[in-house]
Amino acid sequence: MRIREHKKPFGFEKPSRPHGKIIIIDERCKGCGFCVEYCPQDVLELSERFNKKGYHPPEAVNDHACVNCGFCRMICPEFAIYTVEDEPVIG
Amino acid sequence: MSVTDELKAAVQAQTNKSGDAGHPMEDFLRMDRIPHIWCPTCGIGVVVNCFARALEKIGIPLDDVAVVSGIGCTGRVAGYVKIDSFHTTHGRAIPFATGLKLGNPKLKVVVISGDGDLVSIGGNHFVHAARRNVDITVICVNNFNYAMTGGQMAATSPTDSILTTSPYGNFETPFNLPFLAESVGATYVARWTALHIHRQTEAMIDALTKPGFTFVEILAPCPTIFERRNKFGDGLDRLNYYYEHSEIKHGEPTANVDVGLRTKIIVGKFVDKDRPTWLDSMNSHLKRKLGDRFTPYEG
Ligand SMILES: Cc1ncc(C[n+]2csc(CCOP(=O)(O)OP(=O)(O)O)c2C)c(N)n1
Ligand code: SF4
Ligand SMILES: [Mg+2]
Repeated sequence: MRIREHKKPFGFEKPSRPHGKIIIIDERCKGCGFCVEYCPQDVLELSERFNKKGYHPPEAVNDHACVNCGFCRMICPEFAIYTVEDEPVIG
Repeated sequence: MSVTDELKAAVQAQTNKSGDAGHPMEDFLRMDRIPHIWCPTCGIGVVVNCFARALEKIGIPLDDVAVVSGIGCTGRVAGYVKIDSFHTTHGRAIPFATGLKLGNPKLKVVVISGDGDLVSIGGNHFVHAARRNVDITVICVNNFNYAMTGGQMAATSPTDSILTTSPYGNFETPFNLPFLAESVGATYVARWTALHIHRQTEAMIDALTKPGFTFVEILAPCPTIFERRNKFGDGLDRLNYYYEHSEIKHGEPTANVDVGLRTKIIVGKFVDKDRPTWLDSMNSHLKRKLGDRFTPYEG
């Protein structure tokens, strides 16, 4: 077995990183795209769907990559997206 | 059911489905007034997020905070926050806040208002509150125009900007707000753009925790008027513009930080100094003059 395949190569746990669950409140969104453009992990994309107001809300296309930094929640002028801490991603 | 009620029900259903406490801003906003009136890609909502985060990080009980706004799109902030707030007449947020602070010096009094409100119609109040060093924090959302009334040219509109009342471009010289604030006596002066969420939050924390007249200017997109008329695109294009053209220069002399129409934007913390507040000056002065006949005023 190569050293990098050992669970604890040098007696350390495998590194873990934070992970966030992304919650998008579709009906509040005005489709500005701020979160899509500025998510540092490129997790979001504007969807093809329309919400009731006729805007395209974002959707998480790569939610595994979310690190729960909360940038989307802070840059969203509509209070329509946020993240909550989820189980950390190991390895 | 009205359209707004229907939207609210849909939002509620989705929040319930997610099975958690809901959006963190729901504790801070009067949710019965949301969705707000701000246009898609307007920057004011971002400033509200950062203000809420700043209060949360300071850890001050919301009952000890009061928010005062004047009139304008930014002035709406006072109506949306779920803390004691007052939506004053146009330009009069600072005198109202001054009275509030002197009536109850234990309150943390914050003025959040627009550029037109604070430094055009309310310019004299701004100048004198800073001169006296009244212990309040002023957060100015600068979108370079009188947005709510349809985009008239303001005292902050950069030279050459096209607005409703300057169809051939503005030929006046605008205020450089950090320079103005410093020259009239503000103890803390910083400028960030709506894109700088962490920096503006830190600046708000600094300003809120520092005694005296503290001033934070946030440049924010107004896609409906300023960005559209001046061909900047929408608010997202304008955030990209901030991203490409902002330069952080802490401690830069404020005389150098004018904002032109298409120039680079200097942001940072420019002033952080100590001066006795108006109330401290009054108390120490009268104590010196009157001795035991004077009881210092503490509210
Ligand atoms: C005494 C008075 N004069 C004029 C007005 C009209 N008025 C309402 S909002 C506004 C401009 C606000 O501009 P600003 O403070 O920059 O806020 P913004 O809408 O740009 O956020 C004006 C002139 C008023 N309401 N009261
Ligand atoms: S008019 Fe401008 S400042 Fe007012 S809500 Fe719309 S984008 Fe924002
Ligand atoms: Mg304005």
